[in-house]
Amino acid sequence: MNLAYRDIRHNLFRFLLTCIGLGLLLGVVLAMIGIYRGLVVDALTIARAPAVDLWVVEANTRGPFAEASRIPGDIREAIARIAGVASAGSITYQTVETEHRGGKLRLYVIGYEPTRPGGPPEISEGRAIARSHYEMVADRSSGLVLGDRIGLGRNVFSVVGLTRHQVNSGGDPAVYITLRDAQKLQFDLAPPAARVQLARGTGGASRDTVNAVVARLQPNSSPDAVAETVRQWKHLAAITQEAQELILTRSLVDRARRQIGLFTSLLLVVSAVIIALIIYTMTMEKLRQIATLKLIGAPDRTIIGMIVQQAMALGLIGFAIGATLIVVIKDYFPRRVVLEPDNVIVLGLIVFTVCLVSSGLGVRAALRVDPATALGG
Amino acid sequence: MATAVSSTPLVRVDRISKHFGEGETRVDALREVSIDVYPGQVVALLGPSGSGKTTLLNVIGCILDPSSGSMELDGEVVIENGRWLRSNLRQLRLDKIGFIFQFHNLIPFLDATDNVALVLQLAGADAAPARRRAVELLDYLEVGHRKSAMPAKLSGGEAQRVAIARALANRPRIILADEPTAALDSKRAGIVMDLLRKVAVEQEAAIIAVTHDEKIFDRFDHIFSLRDGRLDSEHDTSRAA
Repeated sequence: MNLAYRDIRHNLFRFLLTCIGLGLLLGVVLAMIGIYRGLVVDALTIARAPAVDLWVVEANTRGPFAEASRIPGDIREAIARIAGVASAGSITYQTVETEHRGGKLRLYVIGYEPTRPGGPPEISEGRAIARSHYEMVADRSSGLVLGDRIGLGRNVFSVVGLTRHQVNSGGDPAVYITLRDAQKLQFDLAPPAARVQLARGTGGASRDTVNAVVARLQPNSSPDAVAETVRQWKHLAAITQEAQELILTRSLVDRARRQIGLFTSLLLVVSAVIIALIIYTMTMEKLRQIATLKLIGAPDRTIIGMIVQQAMALGLIGFAIGATLIVVIKDYFPRRVVLEPDNVIVLGLIVFTVCLVSSGLGVRAALRVDPATALGG
Repeated sequence: MATAVSSTPLVRVDRISKHFGEGETRVDALREVSIDVYPGQVVALLGPSGSGKTTLLNVIGCILDPSSGSMELDGEVVIENGRWLRSNLRQLRLDKIGFIFQFHNLIPFLDATDNVALVLQLAGADAAPARRRAVELLDYLEVGHRKSAMPAKLSGGEAQRVAIARALANRPRIILADEPTAALDSKRAGIVMDLLRKVAVEQEAAIIAVTHDEKIFDRFDHIFSLRDGRLDSEHDTSRAA
């Protein structure tokens, strides 16, 4: 006779309600873990999108994501000629706020040369940019759809293709336009300001400036060796892909990552305390029944089994509810929620351990009950 | 009321003492109490509050260590000079003693049948035979029609009869009852006492009940009165009858 099952069946509604409450709490913990992972993944997405091995940026900066970087656009040709470089492309990044369908829309605008590295990793719908001006590939999270026309600066762009999961570390959706359009958007002055500059005699400066040059290396080339070659030009810095990803995770999103990590840890502690309290309370409510069981001769293993099985059932059902909930609603979060199987397994193990430890408190209380308390009023 | 009494006691309590605390805080709950209860007897432990009757019941029920004295249950010496001779007292209770409580203490999440079958399964019986025996016992105690009812749905008298069935499940020869009729009206109290007597006679069991319930005093074969931890008097009502 399984006493744990019988007790749960007898108080099924209350037990399920407790499981749902615990499930919601564990769902929040899972969501926080997912947001934490999403933050890191988002930060790395843009850096990984060009699928390059080397980032060439302005000297003494860690650009183009962690710090501002400006280098002449013709550097790309010099980089492409270095031994071991297979291809190179110029690239610009800027955040733009524009209006779309009556609302504000923040976009992370990436300018690239369509035949060179730096473009979107894949087009999920529509096509890549085919014309040299005023076409755009946008991420789905921007809400833009194929055929949409949207104003950026003084020009209107048509959305010709869509990508997935291309956002910057702040969660702003990425849009890809040609390098020339991006340079105009970033560096062209508004007409009154341009006129003032012309009047001062400084308006003829070249606008062929980019934020970085990205390079793909030949299969047998060492990124560190090529980077060392680039660094011989004193006005340039070279960052390997690995170093760039480290900058993004350790520097750019580090504070937000630690903040969410700390909050997640606190939530885990709160969940552990609540689980312990629920299981302990469930046991304390049954102390008289436990005393009766002991008095009529039930061995300790029967009583321990009842408490531990109930604790495990509570943890398992609560965790299943929480995990299901988050899997179902994670796409509705404003920021990406990334749930890796290892995260879910680790949280499951934590819940299992917490339930086991918490049931230990209940078992300790149960084993201390004097069977004599079953006698008398 | 007269009962055929065997010459060998089922319960022999020999100069059992129990004290709590030491020095100035010492309380002598039992002082060299000796009683014998024979098969087929229904006996009462009477006395005012603090007289030691519940302490004595707890010692006989193997849930309280005595300070000194000896005790024999069903022919087995279980306490000698204040020391238990058995290590697994829970198994001893399961094998030899049935308990009946003031408020039935049925397990609320088991139905009447399973409350009885539980004791049998704890003793090693398989589920199906345990349930069969449980239903037989419920029928025997005339509460078989409520075999699927949960304790909360049983009346006080029905619940107490299920509790008696549970106490009888392993055919114990010693049944200890703590105020078994306190929560019942006089009619139902009489029914419960008749059932206990039936069990005592048919199963040659010894039934020891702590009670304050004056309306059932005449249902006992023997009454032990305790006062300040001592056996104050004993009265053989079966002979009086």
